[in-house]
Amino acid sequence: MAVQATLAGRTFPPTAPYDVTAERVAEFAAATGTPYADGDPAPATFPIVVAFAAMQQLMTDPEVGIELHHVVHGEQRFAYERPVRVGDRLTAELTVDSLRQIGGADIIGTSSAVRDSDGSLVCTARAVLVHKAGDEEGEQ
Amino acid sequence: MTSWTEGAELPVRAFRVTRADLVRYAGASGDRNPIHWSDRVARSVGLPGVIAHGMYTLALAASAVDSWAGAPGRVRELGAKFTRPVVVPDDDSGAEVVVTGTVRAVQADPAGRLVTVAMTVTSGEEKVLGMPKASFLVETDEEGRG
Repeated sequence: MAVQATLAGRTFPPTAPYDVTAERVAEFAAATGTPYADGDPAPATFPIVVAFAAMQQLMTDPEVGIELHHVVHGEQRFAYERPVRVGDRLTAELTVDSLRQIGGADIIGTSSAVRDSDGSLVCTARAVLVHKAGDEEGEQ
Repeated sequence: MTSWTEGAELPVRAFRVTRADLVRYAGASGDRNPIHWSDRVARSVGLPGVIAHGMYTLALAASAVDSWAGAPGRVRELGAKFTRPVVVPDDDSGAEVVVTGTVRAVQADPAGRLVTVAMTVTSGEEKVLGMPKASFLVETDEEGRG
């Protein structure tokens, strides 16, 4: 089944605040082989941690109609206002920018505004999610 | 010293990805999808085996960008399409990911110069990211007085 047709234009509530600690940043950097020293900004893709939480909110909303194990992350883009730093408290607010159907798949374009505790924009994380519902097993 | 001119080729960066890295990344990023750590689940959805998170591969590209920019925190834009999975075998050597970059544009910016780079990101000779691109700031006078 395709996802809810009225999804385009919908904005989800901001995610719960996420505290950026030195330990979390160091672990993320180590996992991705990125050099990191105390006081450095977080790796550029670190905001995916909060953006991913926002996407989970979309994907697990029963009204939306997404089958989680049929979602593929098709594309990811970041536009930065400033780097993330230890001490930031971040939230992500996801908006569904577009919804198209191509060859039985839902192509869901999203943008998540990642903000600090002052409400200032830190970065915008744009993701395209590809949802192929129904074509279970059978295919190959 | 890098010369920031259109068409300049940037130093090639190569990374090794093992299963241990993926498990670590799953914890650090919060993306615990089992296709990134269980062969059984990966095969059940038609993959040849465990694959790296697309975001893991993009993080490697970001690390290459930091090395070209000369410091972390200078990236203004970063993105790619996830076109082909990086299959990570269950052994000690894992998979290799190679990132190359070519300068596409250099623009004046109030904070220095904004460099736009088109990348290619490959694993086993095949491109794994579609149109990976980044822009980052460099200082106006790299050879610098300072």
